Amino acid sequence: MATQSDLSCDGLVRRFGAHTAVNNISLDVPAGTFFSILGPSGCGKTTLLRLLAGFDKPNQGDIYIRGERMNDVPPNHRPVNMVFQHLALFPTMSVGDNIGYGLKRRKVPAAERRMLTAEVLEQVGLPGLENRNPMELSGGQRQRVALARCLVLKPTLLLLDEPLGALDLKLREQMKVELKHLQKQFGTTFVYITHDQSEAMVMSDQVAVMKDGRFDQVAPPEELYREPATPFVAGFVGDNNRLGGEVVSLADNLAQIRLDSGELVRGRVASNELQPGSRAELYIRPESLVFADSLPHNGYSVMQASVKTTLFDGANSRVEAECSGSPIYARLPQDGSAPTLTPDSSINLAWDPKLARVFGAGQS
Amino acid sequence: MKSSASRLSLWLLLTPFLLWIVLLVLVPHIQMLRVSFQVRESWDTLAWGLEQYQNFFTESYYWRTFVRTGVMSLFTTFLTLLVAFPIAWYIAKMARGRSKGILFLACLIPFWASELVRTYGWMILLRESGLFSSWLQALGWADGPVEMLYNDVAVIVGLVYNGLLFMVVPLVTTLDGMDENLVEAGYDLGGGHATVLREVVVPWAMPGIVSGCIVVFMLTLGSYLTPVLMGGKDSAWFTEQIFTQFITRFNWEQGAALGVLLLVLSSMMVWLGLKLSGQSLRKVMG
Repeated sequence: MATQSDLSCDGLVRRFGAHTAVNNISLDVPAGTFFSILGPSGCGKTTLLRLLAGFDKPNQGDIYIRGERMNDVPPNHRPVNMVFQHLALFPTMSVGDNIGYGLKRRKVPAAERRMLTAEVLEQVGLPGLENRNPMELSGGQRQRVALARCLVLKPTLLLLDEPLGALDLKLREQMKVELKHLQKQFGTTFVYITHDQSEAMVMSDQVAVMKDGRFDQVAPPEELYREPATPFVAGFVGDNNRLGGEVVSLADNLAQIRLDSGELVRGRVASNELQPGSRAELYIRPESLVFADSLPHNGYSVMQASVKTTLFDGANSRVEAECSGSPIYARLPQDGSAPTLTPDSSINLAWDPKLARVFGAGQS
Repeated sequence: MKSSASRLSLWLLLTPFLLWIVLLVLVPHIQMLRVSFQVRESWDTLAWGLEQYQNFFTESYYWRTFVRTGVMSLFTTFLTLLVAFPIAWYIAKMARGRSKGILFLACLIPFWASELVRTYGWMILLRESGLFSSWLQALGWADGPVEMLYNDVAVIVGLVYNGLLFMVVPLVTTLDGMDENLVEAGYDLGGGHATVLREVVVPWAMPGIVSGCIVVFMLTLGSYLTPVLMGGKDSAWFTEQIFTQFITRFNWEQGAALGVLLLVLSSMMVWLGLKLSGQSLRKVMG
């Protein structure tokens, strides 16, 4: 096993009866990185995390942490700590005792324990709260105590199970940024699972998109966004418009497609099973669509749609249009360049074919 | 008008409770307290005095039985806790769906029979010609009939059995409310089984443990049938002495004094237990 990676898994499988929750997953997390596993609920990401923490055992495959095989190591002897979804702070202990719990298990003398506790509390921005009960703290403060409780043990790997889920929106946005800073500050390798693509994108160095027990794609957030490998990733990560059609021709890595509405458009080939005559789906992001009042410039594809309504949301404002029965969203720039749109008026939406991705239909 | 109607309904709701408290709890106890301080001078004259209480302290048989009953009750309570905790843990944390209800019911079933029937059940098992004795002989582990009744062990076995449900119920209730992640966090941060039990599970279950212990202790201290039927000549229970004074010797004054002392003892033990475990009655009962 490569020694530079903090965590590597090889062909992990976990079955529950006939259901395979984790299906042949291999991954490699370099030291000091923020690795996210993104997937809808029920995709097996929590099961995977529990395998890593040691609460569950894989049916097949191996888990290595810094090159050491962990399969038969119980959770209390793994150099791994976990921040639980509902944090699981011990309500019968003070904040200081919660943080000191792990140190005490390592037989750290009381004086040193107090020092380390005070230090880590300072690092997470809660100095002097040792004697408070965790139940008296706010959601964000509790979050930090849960982090401090793990980080004080200097684990090789910190697992986080959607810890931001219980926070309100504003706090969540704030904690996202803070978590990323804390990760950089401590230099600990984070493995973070979430169903919220924005959390994964903002914080991670690498994101694995998980579906039905498998990884669809493992890539840095930007790559995931710009070059989704599967239709699922294209639809799950960020907003995307999906247009159905039939492949007419393939040339220069671009596919020409006749949409169900009859228009001929083009997009980049994203899967190698496209053939002239086969069904295909074209994915185009709302911000890649531009309003073309006249004929398109330099090889852009154009389609016609009728405006249904505009959705004002500051920088995220969009127009909802309809094209042969299916909705299509386009970003509405707020710098005055957008045309005035009235419902039921007809607009031309154009895009650079390089920004659209074409997958074979029915491929998942 | 509205307020007087609501006040009336409040009083109507309170009446059964007040009747219960006043007639069945307060009046008898006050009466008992009064009787316990009366000294019978002749068949129709009474004087106030402490003679009954003096008797208790000078007659070693009284206070020895008293201390014995207290110590044995404490031991029984502790033993019940040890037996009930794994059961409660299983019901609250391991059993799922239907089996949970069935297990709970299984704990409840013995209580459909009266204490008397339950005690006779034990006697059938433990007596000289009983089931256990004949099994031991059949297996060749005993040469002749073995008498397992009429000793302290038999009494404690019977009492633990009687108290079990009252320990299991509050424990299941508190353990049910515990997040499994707390236990996992306990392991995750480096704790072993014993540590997690001591540092995480027991502190969480403390209100249930204390309320179960209070109920079982009081039940055990005040139980009568089990010690009488299953105990030997040397395993006298304090309630037997109260019974003897009231019924056999017709000495109500002495019986009342012993009753008051038992009440004081149990109240003191409960208070002490709450103090030692750092719990308050409100937290435990509420």
